Amino acid sequence: MGAVKLIGTYTSLFSIRVEWALKLKEMQYEYLEDDIFNKSPLLLKHNPVHKKIPVLVHDDKPTAESFVILQYIDETWKDNPLLPQDPYERATALFWAKFADEKHDSLVSLSWKFCLQTRFDVLSLSLSLSLLSQGQCLVEAYTAAWTEGDEKEKAIKSAQESFAFLEKLIQGKKFFSGDDTIGYLDLAMGWIPLCLDVMEEIGGMKLVDAKKFPSLLEWAQNFIEIPLIKERLPPRDALSNYLNMIASYKRSHK
Amino acid sequence: MANTEQVKLLGFWVSPFVRRVEWALKLKGVDYEYIEEDIFNKTSLLMELNPVHKKVPVLVHGQKAIAESFVILEFIDETWKQCPLMPQDPYERAMTRFWTKFAEEKIFYAAWNALCSLGEEKEKAIKLTVEAIEKIEEELKGKQFFGGESIGYLDIAIGWMSYWLPVWEEVGSMKIVDPLQFPATNSWMNKFLKHPMIKENLPPRDEMIIYFQNRSKELASKPHEWFRTP
Repeated sequence: MGAVKLIGTYTSLFSIRVEWALKLKEMQYEYLEDDIFNKSPLLLKHNPVHKKIPVLVHDDKPTAESFVILQYIDETWKDNPLLPQDPYERATALFWAKFADEKHDSLVSLSWKFCLQTRFDVLSLSLSLSLLSQGQCLVEAYTAAWTEGDEKEKAIKSAQESFAFLEKLIQGKKFFSGDDTIGYLDLAMGWIPLCLDVMEEIGGMKLVDAKKFPSLLEWAQNFIEIPLIKERLPPRDALSNYLNMIASYKRSHK
Repeated sequence: MANTEQVKLLGFWVSPFVRRVEWALKLKGVDYEYIEEDIFNKTSLLMELNPVHKKVPVLVHGQKAIAESFVILEFIDETWKQCPLMPQDPYERAMTRFWTKFAEEKIFYAAWNALCSLGEEKEKAIKLTVEAIEKIEEELKGKQFFGGESIGYLDIAIGWMSYWLPVWEEVGSMKIVDPLQFPATNSWMNKFLKHPMIKENLPPRDEMIIYFQNRSKELASKPHEWFRTP
């Protein structure tokens, strides 16, 4: 198997998710940090379409989009499978990953609307779409963080309805992928233990409280304790700065 | 055995998301029962089968219900092995998934936005759609179909362009797929539509025109709600 490189950003949850997958597969790889405000020629060469991280380069062949990368990794390196073998179980995992994390059509459209209505530049579009491709649950949580008043209340309610689905999904299981080990769906949900409390702080709100979402919080705790996950967590203040910066940008460009 | 279980598909006649699932089933020669759902008057069956999104398509295989058209397509490809839609090679599969996502986000939603917007917003959306199609045009160079010599996953995923987009262009008085600018895309659209499994499985065009005229007018007048599904 040829050399593997990952072009990523230390605080990006998409990038982190791919690293977790590489570590789960016990793969050797070279990590190249990229600055989203100062993109490298290498990134532009390997992802000319979107010019975004993460990009996995295997045998000089680049793959972009975190979920596309995860499936590629799973199909190329067969040990420690991330996705179940059974087609229906696999479909279920892909469905919930999309719900939690990939683009929700109405929210992609909302992002388009935001971009079309503002004097958008590449950064704004990139941030919006990157946020949007994170999907329903995450976007709702994030929207709740940077909005005020009625909009905020609506976003909080929406986010909590989505979390309720996830609470139901995790009940009776240690991990989304089963009792023994984490898989694709846990990686898709990984933003929750990573970013949620930072978002709650930015937004001055409580989204996931222990009384309503005990199983989800327990999962988050178990997830974060796994050594390969724990060793690839950005420092909280770096993550807080990054998310704060996006929130300020959004608030000032409303 | 998986292949003998009954297959049902909940759909809506004009939905391109539903049609792409039907094209996959027909190409594989899978028998299924089609159940029409009025998305403006949803049944308890739909709510039960897709409680999370309450949307079509939903594929029911035996006791199992699957939602989200691309998730359904991969399920179909993995369950019925004849006439494979996805390539075998992991890297080619990754490229197929990448372009599927690209086309859905950058062409489909941009074109839909263009249809449901007015003035400057509409112009911007048309421009973005055209820029995205330039990328697809590159991908098609030298190929009959995205899948090579025959229809594959990506053709089915983007197939809506061949039939829904010209309708949207007409309804929205917009020119997006200029045959002079996009000869490869235009040629692909024609070939795709001529395929027997596709051409016999398209909604009636005149009814589509009326539907999208009404729908786009309705959504254009509600600026915060146009992001509802087509």
